[in-house]
Amino acid sequence: MTAGHDPRHATDPGRGRVAVRLEQGQVLPEQVFRVTRADLVRYAGASGDFNPIHWSDRFATSVGLPGVIAHGLYTMALAGQAVAVWAGAADTVVDFGVRFTRPVPVPDTDEGTTVSFTAVVKSVEDGLATLDLTAICGGEKVLAQARAKVKQV
Amino acid sequence: MPLDQSFIGRSYPPSPPYQVGREKIREFATAIGAGDPLHHDVEAAKAAGYPDVVAPPTFLAVLTMAALRVIVLDPDLGLDYSRVVHGDQRFAYERPVVAGDELVVIDHIEDIMTRAGNDLMNIRQEVRTTAGEHVATVWHKTVVRGEQA
Repeated sequence: MTAGHDPRHATDPGRGRVAVRLEQGQVLPEQVFRVTRADLVRYAGASGDFNPIHWSDRFATSVGLPGVIAHGLYTMALAGQAVAVWAGAADTVVDFGVRFTRPVPVPDTDEGTTVSFTAVVKSVEDGLATLDLTAICGGEKVLAQARAKVKQV
Repeated sequence: MPLDQSFIGRSYPPSPPYQVGREKIREFATAIGAGDPLHHDVEAAKAAGYPDVVAPPTFLAVLTMAALRVIVLDPDLGLDYSRVVHGDQRFAYERPVVAGDELVVIDHIEDIMTRAGNDLMNIRQEVRTTAGEHVATVWHKTVVRGEQA
């Protein structure tokens, strides 16, 4: 139901509730999200996080960053979107944690960058599935210890 | 300047109440590409057993990041905000947040430590309704990059 290598934009419509049965050891299909400066501006407004490292190259480089980077919580939110698709519903997450290990630089181009997510079902117990996520941008892992516990739909 | 270790164990008073708005949930969901009807369509949310539209899992950051200001701006703690990096983030839910919730955040400093020249601070945030219902626990790790880092 999601395109494996075809990046979707953050404004794609949702797909509603889908019956899914996650099983231990299952490898979940890759989901790729395109991230542009416009997405960061929209997220800044929606979240209230107006830190200039997320919209000003001048400021970002002055504090030693390569340029504007995505909000860590934006990357986490995209991961949450991927989880919703894998889990088959948007209200199943009961526990969701990540470590931000590398920034996600977002160049000021139409293409921006992409972040891809994959996951493995680590366990299924008492109706709760634990997913271990991997998030890749520019060939590097940008999250560690990324784990979501979801209720089985 | 290292963070003041005496802040370990400190708790702060509840934040001012935050009214979770239906349009705010829709705006946030749109910003993260969350098109599921549960976030946008009241009837769909009601059909799924909720009183109103449902917030995406990371929506609580709108409140909890703002609630950190009481800590990061505390002059006695000695935190240089220009050197702050977001380390870890975790949300554990009793139930999804829905439009109409009136929520407060209570910050607790669980630990402060120094690793490789950086100061790390673990903050736990309890999110409750103004009626006292526990909705979620949120953990946030702040990394303050050292002068050499």
